[in-house]
Amino acid sequence: MARTEQQSNDKFAGRWFWRYAAPAAFYPLAGKIEKIGWVLAVVLAAIGLYMGFFVAPTDATQGEVYRVIFIHVPAAWMTMVIYLAMAFWAGTGLVLGTRLSFMMSHALAPTGAIMAVVALWTGSLWGRPTWGTYWVWDARITSTLILFFLYVGYMALSAAFDDKKKGDRASALIALVGAINVPIIYFSVKWWTTLHQGSSVRPGSSSMATTMLWAMLIMTFAFWAYCVAAAMHRLRTQIIEREAGAAWLDGATK
Amino acid sequence: MNWESWSAFWDMGGRGFFVWGSYGALLIAVVAELLSLRSARKAAIRSLHDDHETL
Repeated sequence: MARTEQQSNDKFAGRWFWRYAAPAAFYPLAGKIEKIGWVLAVVLAAIGLYMGFFVAPTDATQGEVYRVIFIHVPAAWMTMVIYLAMAFWAGTGLVLGTRLSFMMSHALAPTGAIMAVVALWTGSLWGRPTWGTYWVWDARITSTLILFFLYVGYMALSAAFDDKKKGDRASALIALVGAINVPIIYFSVKWWTTLHQGSSVRPGSSSMATTMLWAMLIMTFAFWAYCVAAAMHRLRTQIIEREAGAAWLDGATK
Repeated sequence: MNWESWSAFWDMGGRGFFVWGSYGALLIAVVAELLSLRSARKAAIRSLHDDHETL
């Protein structure tokens, strides 16, 4: 990048952003973030699962089956958060033309899709004993299924072009347009009469026992750390694929 | 402690199928993702070094 362009960009985005927008500079940093993510994920999951199964009490109305919440809610949150992050980086790539932004967006998508599957699967198994059905075309469940299809469409479209730049741009549009679905999922339990229960956790108040809530929050951070680590790993693989031929990669991958 | 025995733990108040079906699916998903991450990395590094040798 030309020095003058870089300096003018410093004014609005900060020097650190442009330094790490270079794949060669971010590759080692991504590796460090990935390692921290794996460690945090394992430690937090161990604490969260212990609290969830051995400290949190039996639920008064649902009995033991409510313990699905410790993975269901984190997965549902992560699939929404990851989608927003994916759309953010896709938009950043479109506006600033930074190739690392598109790679970041691609790196997030598979993990987000997996989180959608986990949220739907665990919700289905939880729904059977509590609502009497594995599946219902309820607003929240349907919009989460749509989010899964958006992830799949995004990945399919980005892979469909021989010219990676075209694939980046086309898939970025799906990511951005589809982002409207995330607030729809979030507010669906308020906007429509639905079988899915309302939020158990709201800013400032909660309808859950303290130990249940803590177990769920710790599991959420564990999921968060896992998703960051998985995305960083995938990002580094993409950098290897896309920057093939760059001299610095030889040393970094041997 | 919530459980009188390990069998009570696995039984989950008669809801073991739903609880462990959920946690089991998560475990499968995570293991599958980790394996795919690893094989994608290996393939990328292999093709990177192959390209260099043919140059």
